[in-house]
Amino acid sequence: MNAIEVSHLRVVRGGRVVLPDLSCTVSSGTIAGLLGPSGSGKTTLIRAIVGVQRVASGHLSVLGKPAGSPELRRLVGYVTQTPSVYGDLTVRENLAYFATMAGVASSAVADVIETVSLGALSSTQVAQLSGGERARVSLAAALLPSPKLLVLDEPTVGLDPVLRQELWDLFHQLAGKGVTFLISSHVMDEADRCQRLLLLREGAVLADATPAELLQRTQSADLEAAFLRLIEAEVSI
Amino acid sequence: MTGQRTLATAGRVLRQLRHDPRTIALMLVVPCLLMTLLRYVYDGQVQIFDHVAPVLLVLFPFTVMFVVTSVAMLRERSSGTLERLLTTPMAKGDLLAGYALAFSVAAVIQVGLVMVLAVGPLGLQIHGGLGALATVALLDALLGTVLGLFLSAFANTEFQAVQFLPAFVLPQLLLCGLFAPRAQMLPILSWLSDVMPLSYAVDAATRAATSSMWTSALTTDVLVVAACIPLFLGLGAGTLRRRTP
Ligand SMILES: Nc1ncnc2c1ncn2[C@@H]1O[C@H](COP(=O)(O)OP(=O)(O)OP(=O)(O)O)[C@@H](O)[C@H]1O
Ligand SMILES: [Mg+2]
Repeated sequence: MNAIEVSHLRVVRGGRVVLPDLSCTVSSGTIAGLLGPSGSGKTTLIRAIVGVQRVASGHLSVLGKPAGSPELRRLVGYVTQTPSVYGDLTVRENLAYFATMAGVASSAVADVIETVSLGALSSTQVAQLSGGERARVSLAAALLPSPKLLVLDEPTVGLDPVLRQELWDLFHQLAGKGVTFLISSHVMDEADRCQRLLLLREGAVLADATPAELLQRTQSADLEAAFLRLIEAEVSI
Repeated sequence: MTGQRTLATAGRVLRQLRHDPRTIALMLVVPCLLMTLLRYVYDGQVQIFDHVAPVLLVLFPFTVMFVVTSVAMLRERSSGTLERLLTTPMAKGDLLAGYALAFSVAAVIQVGLVMVLAVGPLGLQIHGGLGALATVALLDALLGTVLGLFLSAFANTEFQAVQFLPAFVLPQLLLCGLFAPRAQMLPILSWLSDVMPLSYAVDAATRAATSSMWTSALTTDVLVVAACIPLFLGLGAGTLRRRTP
């Protein structure tokens, strides 16, 4: 079954056609990576999937329901590219508030703080955290309702390799329990940890394949080289 | 809408205020200083002070809550937290009612302090009921809050939001009857004055301060102000879009 089905999606932002006619699918329980150059439309696609982007036309189905349906609000977690938490509240105050708004028991707060390794900072005001710490607060807020689908827009930016490894371990562990992931990233070594890769260029899907398939089809030694070759249109698949 | 989410939002907004002592000081101390200033501006003319002070008593909470709310809401929009909240099962009313509740609490403290100062040390003579005046002041604070919630949707930056104060509040102030009696204005201005909610709030404050009885005219004014609150709250809810361009 597909957790996400996008067909003929067209999105116009500020008079510009950002996604002209995009179709793609993400099957349930997989970790899908969304990659592409800056401005290629990753955030726009993600926003359309979580139902906060006004779309011109096309059909989006998420967990079997039209994107943006009220039923999906309990099932889809969304982490925006820039952390969306209150800078003037502490980590715990932020998460306690989002827990209430998401209809989750407040006992979940301590758990997600542990999950993103922020235990020592739980009483610190978010404005005083580093960029990577703030990003983890934002991620923790999305984890609160134990969503079935997690859509993460560059969640590991600014994190050191150890933390990044920990988060990816967490993502794989959750995926093992049936959670679907759509994760956008700029970091190519992260692409390796995805089961499926979607490569966008100028609002169109350039490739939709597993990492191994991409390497093979582009005859490249690593994914970075594979992407460069695809983006520069040396090869097409 | 659930009471729990409304209360959580109000608590969160108040907690944000608590982390910002300078804003609290501005909200609470500035009106007291201005009231004291007014008292000494009219040092030899106590009747004028008695006439103007009740009006200021309702204008302070209105103006302060308007600015604070519109900037707070704008920050909610630009920080992405509004978008996050709108992807949760929360109802829009939870957020708006939470804001209104939080700023009502702030207004109660603000109005209480200024009132105690005015009728105590500053010797303001109020002929009507203090309770009626306090009610009008609180309704006015709420009006400022819901107006700020609504208008913040039309500002893209905090600079713009702050400019709404001269753009929307000063005209109401000029036409509310404080500077010239509303009945003596040019017909067009008096008509404009009639459709501005602040005019009714100022009339109500004057009536509450001058008549010891709760008159039917006062009831009308209070009802007009009260009716504007759900009106602008509804308009504000209309500006909270789950999908944005
Ligand atoms: N609010 C907006 N109004 C108008 N155009 C926008 C808006 N946001 C983004 N765009 C345009 O849409 C295009 C795609 O933007 P998007 O944010 O989806 O890219 P992205 O792939 O996420 O880039 P990045 O990797 O830098 O985050 C860009 O060309 C951008 O100029
Ligand atoms: Mg982006």
